Amino acid sequence: MNKNLRVKSSDYIDETNRISFKFNGKTYHGFKGDTLASALLANDVHLVGRSFKYHRPRGIMTSGSEEPNAIVQINPGTNRTEPNVRATEVEIYEGLEASSQNCWPSVEFDIGGINNFLSPFFPAGFYYKTFMWPASFWEKYEFFIRHSAGLGKSPTSSDPDIYDHRNIHCDVLVVGAGISGILAAKNAAKNNFKTLLVDEKNELGGSTFYENNEFNKIDNKTPSEWLKKEIEELKNIKNLEIKTRTSVAAYHQYNYLLAKENLTDHLEAKDKANKIRQRLLKIRAKKVILATGALERPLIFNNNDRPGIMLSSAIKKYSEFYGVACGSKNVFFTNNDSAYESALSLYNKGINVEAIVDIRDQSESKIVKKIEEAGIKIYWSHTIVDTAGYKRLNRVSIMKLSNDGTSVTGSKISISCDCLGVAGGWTPAVHLYTQSGSKLKFDEEKQIFLPNQNTSEQISVGSCGGDFKIDEIIKNLNQKLKDSLNIKETDLDKIKIEIDQENSKRNIWLLPSDKPLGKTKPFVDYQNDATAKDIKLALREGFRSIEHVKRYTTTGMGTDQGKLGNMHALGIIADTAGVKMGELGTTTFRPPYTPLTFGTIVGRNVGKFFDIFRRTPMNDWHVENKAEFENVGQWKRAWYYPINGETMHQAVQRESKAARESAGILDASTLGKIDIQGSDASEFLNRVYTNAWSKLAIGKCRYGLMLNEDGMVYDDGVTTRLGENHYLMTTTTGGAANVLGKLEDYLQTEWPELDVYLTSVTDHYATASLCGPNSKKIIKKIIPDLDLSDESFPHMSFKEAKIGNIQCRIMRISFTGEHSYEINVQASYGKDLWEKFIEAGKEFNITPYGTETMHLLRAEKGFIIVGQDTDGTMTPIDLQMDWIVSKKKYDFIGKRSLYRSDTMKEDRKQLVGLLTEDPNVILEEGAQIVSELNQNPVEMLGHVTSSYFSPNLNKSIALAVVRGGKDMMGKQLFVPMENKNINVTVANPVFYDEKNERLNA
Amino acid sequence: MFLINCPYCGERDQQEFKAGGEAHIERPKQPTELSDDEWAEYLFMRKNTKGVQFERWNHAHGCRKWFNMVRDTSNDEIKAIYKMGEKPPAQ
Repeated sequence: MNKNLRVKSSDYIDETNRISFKFNGKTYHGFKGDTLASALLANDVHLVGRSFKYHRPRGIMTSGSEEPNAIVQINPGTNRTEPNVRATEVEIYEGLEASSQNCWPSVEFDIGGINNFLSPFFPAGFYYKTFMWPASFWEKYEFFIRHSAGLGKSPTSSDPDIYDHRNIHCDVLVVGAGISGILAAKNAAKNNFKTLLVDEKNELGGSTFYENNEFNKIDNKTPSEWLKKEIEELKNIKNLEIKTRTSVAAYHQYNYLLAKENLTDHLEAKDKANKIRQRLLKIRAKKVILATGALERPLIFNNNDRPGIMLSSAIKKYSEFYGVACGSKNVFFTNNDSAYESALSLYNKGINVEAIVDIRDQSESKIVKKIEEAGIKIYWSHTIVDTAGYKRLNRVSIMKLSNDGTSVTGSKISISCDCLGVAGGWTPAVHLYTQSGSKLKFDEEKQIFLPNQNTSEQISVGSCGGDFKIDEIIKNLNQKLKDSLNIKETDLDKIKIEIDQENSKRNIWLLPSDKPLGKTKPFVDYQNDATAKDIKLALREGFRSIEHVKRYTTTGMGTDQGKLGNMHALGIIADTAGVKMGELGTTTFRPPYTPLTFGTIVGRNVGKFFDIFRRTPMNDWHVENKAEFENVGQWKRAWYYPINGETMHQAVQRESKAARESAGILDASTLGKIDIQGSDASEFLNRVYTNAWSKLAIGKCRYGLMLNEDGMVYDDGVTTRLGENHYLMTTTTGGAANVLGKLEDYLQTEWPELDVYLTSVTDHYATASLCGPNSKKIIKKIIPDLDLSDESFPHMSFKEAKIGNIQCRIMRISFTGEHSYEINVQASYGKDLWEKFIEAGKEFNITPYGTETMHLLRAEKGFIIVGQDTDGTMTPIDLQMDWIVSKKKYDFIGKRSLYRSDTMKEDRKQLVGLLTEDPNVILEEGAQIVSELNQNPVEMLGHVTSSYFSPNLNKSIALAVVRGGKDMMGKQLFVPMENKNINVTVANPVFYDEKNERLNA
Repeated sequence: MFLINCPYCGERDQQEFKAGGEAHIERPKQPTELSDDEWAEYLFMRKNTKGVQFERWNHAHGCRKWFNMVRDTSNDEIKAIYKMGEKPPAQ
């Protein structure tokens, strides 16, 4: 091992910059410009992983993002570790560590390899068939399956890196910077289109970049030379932004694309620090030019997965671009001329090519002649029937192929080799094209799916559009550019091209062996270990839809999404079922094209930026006074204020007593506030609330209940008439935005004739709610000249006042049942106001209370909380709030639904109070209520919606919804809990001060 | 992610908008005179067309205006956008 397979200095690898890295704990060397794959190959390491199911040894197969086998764990054991990374895409840097996946104890000796020998027992659908019975065993099976499943390991601590999002708007987006993409971008930008060119690789140029086939010439230069000049020119073009290391993950409708820009993964640790690692580009393009190229197809034959078996194009790239020989005894296996280009590349560099096995019977192209002249043996009409070598290929066996391609004849020839390049033709990379919703068509002659019906402004150029030869590519690209961008001349008009003649091809999806199919292992999906016989088994078992076959055999379901083998799977299904490929369709290509990190997806929305939150103007005071907070919608609300180590229960009991005995103060700023103005404001309120509003006097307040059109309670709150045509509506904290939306909807769509304007003023005011028998005295201290007498300022009325220079609105309204005021000031004065009240209230032991105490106090009064005591299935009648539903009004939102046969039923769930037999037992909210304990199955009558221990009544109280509860007053029911049954009695939901005497106390 | 041409603001990303269900269902002027079935028809029954569908949309995170859209649900092509109260385009 560790022989050096560098063949000659490459233009793209910096041999002066030696880099050391670790793979599976061992130190290796590569050069700046190497990928992990090319560096390993240069060190003669082919075995890099084990397959998913059979744990077969697997090697590097490709040189790009389509790699199915060489997926590794990067920087294992650190918080920057990343699983399932393709070694072919990792640029090496000093200090890089990587390890194989899915093997134990090591990739060289893997216990799971036993599965390979047991493989006759693991056919397609093995898990579905085996672990079905007995059903009770599933939990035991699951334990073992979960332990053996999965490829890499996710990090166990949080990601230390920074990620980012960026929105980009452009006229033209070009995806892929091969020859087509470069020429498209250049011509678009030159014609004043704001253009963005992206490519997943770190260099522009695609495969033409190292295309030195002497029989192809552009303007009398090799394609490689010619293209380098074009790339040089790109640098001077305005309007053109180029992003390398940027892979488009998703192509959505209306030309909205997501791309991952990789910024620091190729840098060593010291250069990564404090930089953005990856950025998600959200691109909206007027036109999209797809130049995503084509992926070389493997060939499907017996044991086609051994380390050392690679795509022919990959071998060429490793030799031309990275200067690495993948083997010292190379064989190619092909159905077209591509393999000859690779063979010639090796030959020109002095690397030994043993033979070429070609399933065609001949080819007339110049390059084939050149190979023959070089003395390389070509086996025409032959196929590989088997390969040998467990951890590295050492031999292939070939036989003559029958004329119809379904069987082999003659004697077996054995060829010794350590590397096999397979060339099965080219599959246009139409993944992004179909993601956009556009439709494909199958070309029977070329045996490929091609773009057919575009759904957005887009074109597919180059090989992803079905053009493989340089003359076709340039000609069609030129025409498509002119049509799409509406331009008359391009610099492609005058290009002179010479090319090798026709590239013939013979397509056989599954190549025969001398052994019966059942005894062979022709892999279609390398990563998931799906073979051709698994696909045939699925068909025999009755699966017909391609989508079903895919899921049953797991073909194409690995992290590579079957980029190599999916076409063969389709072909084998079509051949076996006797249908045409075009009729079969394809499986759905789903985003992402290559995997994204979670970091890229979430960007900056982590930690405290994960979700928006809102704070009231008094928030700092709550924090300083050690409040505990709870989330209410997006708001952070003070929940309770523990002192001296109180528990929540102790704090709430203290706060509740204080509010009723002397004075309490609540931050009510989060309540939704909607300013309503216009000459039809009263009429509008009449239509949206259940009660009547026309006669509400200016300066008075009224409680309103808002329904949905289905008659169910939607929101509630107090609305104040500030002027003839001016109201201030309050809504629940959580409902504010939706209520405004709903009101706007009715105004704009159903009642555009109404002269009404709605403005959200929730954030503009801070609200302090002051309650308790001493609340009046506290107000008096702060605003001595305000007349607070019951005659001048009765319950449910409003006054404007000034505290110093601060204008404020005071409503005398109550959610606790106590004498109480709500004081609204401009938000910026909120904390100041709050502190003034706290100071003035000291002599009355003013007690700040939070949402928990507020809930308790209102429950003592039987006031509902929409969303806690209601759940979208409660009408006002169900809530025993008939008094608020106007009988006189002709119509209001939801009125008609209150008379539907269903909403009028007597046995609907209705709101009642519950008292426990033992006053110290507190019911659990959500607990079920029954009337019979010995019934089986027991009938659920309803559930507890609110439950507290009331310090003011010295007993537990609860609100509940109970089927037919209205008529059950005094009846005994049961709340069955895990260890006991709790006896309860149905009661009036107003537990405290039923006559409302305290409001005026 | 659609690109929606708000009739008041111009082209904006879909994330600024909220879909509001089927369009051109007028709230009955005299609900109390409707039978349960007629009211239920208005209240609950909505089409779910595969193909051309008339929809209400709201520029919720923009101008807050409601408008109508004609959309082909099979390929999400937006065929027309028009203001509330305007006549729907002929199909």
